[in-house]
Amino acid sequence: MDRHPLPRPGAARPPFNRRLCEVSESRASGGYRVFSLVDREGPEPRAGQFYMLATERHWEQGGGRPFLPRALSVAECGPAASGVRLDFLIEGIGPGTDRLCELQPGERVWVNGPLGNSFSTPRELHRISSPAGGEHDAARPSGAILVGGGIGIAPLALLRRRFAERNVPTRVLLGFRDEAHSGGLDDLFACCEVRLASDDGHRGHHGYVTELLAAMLAGDDAGSAAVYACGPPPMLDAVGALCTAAGIPSELALESPMACGYGACFGCAVPKPGGGYLRLCVDGPVLRPDQIATAAHA
Amino acid sequence: MPDLCGIELAHPVINASGTFDAIAARRTYGDALLEDFPFSAFVSKTITPEPRGGNEPQRIWETPAGMINSIGLPNKGLEGFLAEDLPQLAELPVPLVVSVMATDRELFARLASGVAEREEVAAIELNVSCPNVHSGLIVGEQPSETAALLEALRPLAPKPLIVKLTPNVANPAEVAVAAEEGGADAVSLINTVKGSAIDPATGEPGIAAGHGGLSGPAVRPIAVAQVRAVAAAVSIPIVGMGGICDGAGALEMLAAGAKLVAVGTESFRDPGAGKRVASELADLLESGRGGTAIGRSA
Repeated sequence: MDRHPLPRPGAARPPFNRRLCEVSESRASGGYRVFSLVDREGPEPRAGQFYMLATERHWEQGGGRPFLPRALSVAECGPAASGVRLDFLIEGIGPGTDRLCELQPGERVWVNGPLGNSFSTPRELHRISSPAGGEHDAARPSGAILVGGGIGIAPLALLRRRFAERNVPTRVLLGFRDEAHSGGLDDLFACCEVRLASDDGHRGHHGYVTELLAAMLAGDDAGSAAVYACGPPPMLDAVGALCTAAGIPSELALESPMACGYGACFGCAVPKPGGGYLRLCVDGPVLRPDQIATAAHA
Repeated sequence: MPDLCGIELAHPVINASGTFDAIAARRTYGDALLEDFPFSAFVSKTITPEPRGGNEPQRIWETPAGMINSIGLPNKGLEGFLAEDLPQLAELPVPLVVSVMATDRELFARLASGVAEREEVAAIELNVSCPNVHSGLIVGEQPSETAALLEALRPLAPKPLIVKLTPNVANPAEVAVAAEEGGADAVSLINTVKGSAIDPATGEPGIAAGHGGLSGPAVRPIAVAQVRAVAAAVSIPIVGMGGICDGAGALEMLAAGAKLVAVGTESFRDPGAGKRVASELADLLESGRGGTAIGRSA
């Protein structure tokens, strides 16, 4: 395979334009779909970043919706013949995602991104979480625990690969409702060991993925780990609470309604613990539990 | 070359207040934003006397060919704006218009004079879509309140004053005439149209505040009608806005009587929309398809 040298992740800013990118692949994946775009202009994204996407044709279709672009985390990326291949995992839950699910190879998509911040390494996260730094042994490699739920497993696929490239020991816990909501499992996590949980018990642990996390955090070797999670809000609340209680640093990739993705609309407000709001698009989408006001703070 | 109350502009397309955060956009896109700045003048988000955090989510809701927002004017307040934001906005390559709002004439006066004395500020836009705490009336819905506000501010601000008109009145031309008589240098319209949408999943309004302001192409015919009515009633220049998303929409607004146009919601979908609209408009005018608008935009 022709391996173009890719721009260093995070080294370049997104181009200041909305551009058309061609769909190179689209396939069904466990009730969801995975589609790939070829971006000839943008830099390689960092894990956790997202793109604003709208199809070139039939976006404002019958009834005038979808109207706004949709924010999608990038699930994987790699070199393409000319540019960067971007893979997205998608579930049709409304007019915008339904239309993106219909994409066929050769169609084009308006793209703005990569946008937002990205996940830290375990070492960076330990440094942020305990600035004094005394307790953490810097010489000991910090492990990562990735916790994904449903469609939220997407950004963890790229994160897992980045950690593998940096020799960060990584364990992956993924949960899903049932077979029809298990998209991306086999496509994005085929080559690595994953512990599964399913609500209906048909695969892996019968229950929540947070139960797997709680057991792992109770183990002996979790002390130097950092946790990275993306999934439905109740799952993220639970992961944040478990990690905070265990003194384990964590980062959560959140989701919010978003019109623009670059700080213009102020629609994606996330409450801060001391009052006021963050803009998830420019202050996130990756946040630590201590940056977010939750029921636990109240 | 078009101008705004004597301030020369490179093209007739500016931004609608609150729809483009140049500081956040520069953080995202870097100096490419300055090299290819989409607007010929920049209008800030509305500044209030004291800091505001904004409204609780959910703040935005997609609607047919548009969206509803209820953001709640988050801003750093006058002091924070002058100290932190103004130096950054002064680095933009275009004239700066600062939008201000207050709940009584004394506070409005403090804002207008505080902003007007800064040489970085080219003009002031008065957001009058707020209640006067003493009368309980929305200033911009009352010709007498609007005239009284202008008479109070006019001597304090030796810079162009632009009054942003609300469309949520029976006769916007009456308010425009009052603004002109009070000493306004220009009017801009339309602000968003009061609207609501019900979330089918809950049966409740999609916006936490219950209603908000509708924008996007859905409101353009309302804007065109109101610009026509105001143009027939006043002789001061009009900045026309409401759902402009391409050159044809800008041309329509010029034909209705606007001297300049502003792009708002379209910037959410395309960060470079201002530049694109200006370029499409120039092509239309050059090709002679501009009709009678050619004379008015000159």
